[in-house]
Amino acid sequence: MEKIIESTELTKTFGDFTAVNKITFDVKKGEIFGFLGANGAGKSTAMRMLTGLLSPTSGAATVAGYDVFTEQEKIKKNIGYMSQKFSLYNDLTLMENITFYGGIYGLSNTQIKERGEKLIERLDLGNIKKKLLKEVPLGWKQKIAFSVATLHNPKVVFLDEPTGGVDPITRRQFWEMIYEKADQGMTVFVTTHYMDEAEYCHRISMMVHGEIHGYGTPKELKKEFNAQNMDEVFIHLARGDQYNLK
Amino acid sequence: MISIRNLSKNYEEVQALKNISLEVKPKEIFGLIGPDGAGKTTLMRILTSLLLFDEGEVQVMGKSPISDYQFIRNHIGYMPGKFSLYEDLTVEENLSFFANIFGTTIEKSYDLIKDIYQQIEPFKKRKAGALSGGMKQKLALCAALIHYPKILFLDEPTTGVDPVSRKEFWHIIQQLHHHDITIFVSTPYMDEANLCDRIALIDKGEILNVDLPENISKAFDKTLYAIQCHEGNYQLIKKLREYTHFDSVFPFGEEVHYTDARATDIESDIKLYLEESGLTSIQIRKTASTIEDVFISLMNKN
Repeated sequence: MEKIIESTELTKTFGDFTAVNKITFDVKKGEIFGFLGANGAGKSTAMRMLTGLLSPTSGAATVAGYDVFTEQEKIKKNIGYMSQKFSLYNDLTLMENITFYGGIYGLSNTQIKERGEKLIERLDLGNIKKKLLKEVPLGWKQKIAFSVATLHNPKVVFLDEPTGGVDPITRRQFWEMIYEKADQGMTVFVTTHYMDEAEYCHRISMMVHGEIHGYGTPKELKKEFNAQNMDEVFIHLARGDQYNLK
Repeated sequence: MISIRNLSKNYEEVQALKNISLEVKPKEIFGLIGPDGAGKTTLMRILTSLLLFDEGEVQVMGKSPISDYQFIRNHIGYMPGKFSLYEDLTVEENLSFFANIFGTTIEKSYDLIKDIYQQIEPFKKRKAGALSGGMKQKLALCAALIHYPKILFLDEPTTGVDPVSRKEFWHIIQQLHHHDITIFVSTPYMDEANLCDRIALIDKGEILNVDLPENISKAFDKTLYAIQCHEGNYQLIKKLREYTHFDSVFPFGEEVHYTDARATDIESDIKLYLEESGLTSIQIRKTASTIEDVFISLMNKN
C-alpha cells in the first residue's frame, strides 16, 4: 500500500525544549489516521511540520511524496487543511467562498464551477447558495469547511479537531463524509478529543510528552493496554498505571 | 435554588431560548448538555444577571436576576467559557484582586479553594497569561470560588480539554459538592452527563428532557442493535440504509448503532440481509442506549 505520510525520527526543538521527539510513523493511502494526545503533548507542532508550516529540527519525513525540509510549498499545494476554528469567510456567500478557495488551490474556472455545483448538490445546499455564510446554521458550516478543504482533491487532508462542540447528529454526518472520502482513496489525518471518534479511525497514534507511545488499530491498542475503550487507553498512556482518581 | 418558568429570549430574529422551564435543587450538580448554538451560554448569562430576557419568570436563590442582581452577584461564582482574568497580573494578584472586590481574603476562603489552589500555588508569582490551559482553568475556578458562593456557574469548563484533564476537572467539581455548593455546569460532551446528579438536554433553544442521567439513557423507546462487520463501518452503514426495514443508523465507537422499523426481534433477519449483501464476519447484538442515542433520537423528533 502506498504511503502518503512517512515520518522517521522527526524532531522539533524550541531552544532547550523538545516539543516533538523522534516520532516515527506512516499513514497509507485511503487511511483514516487518528493523531491523539493530551493538550501540550506536541500534536500541533507535529501537524505544523507535516503541513509545511514549520521547519523540523532533525529527522526525515515526506507528505504526499514531498520532503518536509525542502519542499514545503509543494506540500501545501497537495494537502487540504481544516482547523477547529471556522476559517471560511462569513461575509462571503457559499459560492464566493468556493471560488476564492478554488482559486487559491489553482483550480480553473470550469473546475471551480463544476466542483462547486457538485459540492452544493451533495450537501443539498441549493437554497442557501446565495446566502452569506454567517447566516448558515453552525452544524452546516463544519461540513462546508470540510468540503471546501477537499475541493482540489488533495492526496491527504488534515483535520484539526473538526467536530468540537458540534451536535451528535452533525458529528456523525461529518464522519460519514470522512468515510466517503477515504473510500475514494483520500488519506485523512485527524485530531480529536472525542475518544469514541478515535474508534472510527483505521489506525491511531497517541502522543505523550512529544513522543509516540501508542501506535496501531483501536483494537490492537485496546488489547495491548487491556482496556475496554479508547478513553482507558488514553488515560493509561497519558498518566500511567499509577493514575487513579479514587 | 434556581427556578425558570416559560423563559424566552430573542436576539433580533434568532430565538435563542424558546419557552423553557426547569428547576435546580439545592446542592445538586446540574448539567446543561447540548451542542454549540443550543442556547447554553444565553441561559447561563441570564441566570448570572448578565443578560436581560424577553418573557418568563426566573428566580435564583429566590431572587430576580433583574431587580436583585446585586444580591445574586454577591452570592454566585461564575466561570465563563473564555478565560477572563487579568493576564498581566500574577496568580496571587488575580486572586487577591477578586477577594478584595468581594470583601474577603485568600486566607478566609482557603479552606474551600485549598485543593485546587495547592496545584497552582508553586506558580503564584507567575503572570496568569504565562500559565498553561489547565492552570488557567484552575486559577479561574479559584477566583470564582473566592467569596464562598452558594451557586457556582461553569460555562463549558471542559471544552477543548483532553480526556485526562477533563476527568481531573470533574473530580474537582465533585469534591466541591461536599462544601454545600450548588453547581450549574454546561458541556457539549454527552459522556459527562453521567457525572451530574440531574441533567437537561438542550438543542436549538429548547429543553428536550430533564431528568436523572440514568433515566434519560433509559428513555430510548426502540430496540437498539450494535453491529460490526469485517468490511468496516462505511460499507455497513451504506448497506443498512438500503435495507427495507431501515429506521436509523449511525457510527458509534467501533460499532454502528441501528434501529429497525419493525418492533419484533429480528436479529437473524438483519444478519441474513447483510450476508446476502456481501458483508462478512457480521456481529450483531442488542445494546443498552446511552445519553447520546437518546439525544439523537430527541433531535430527530424535534
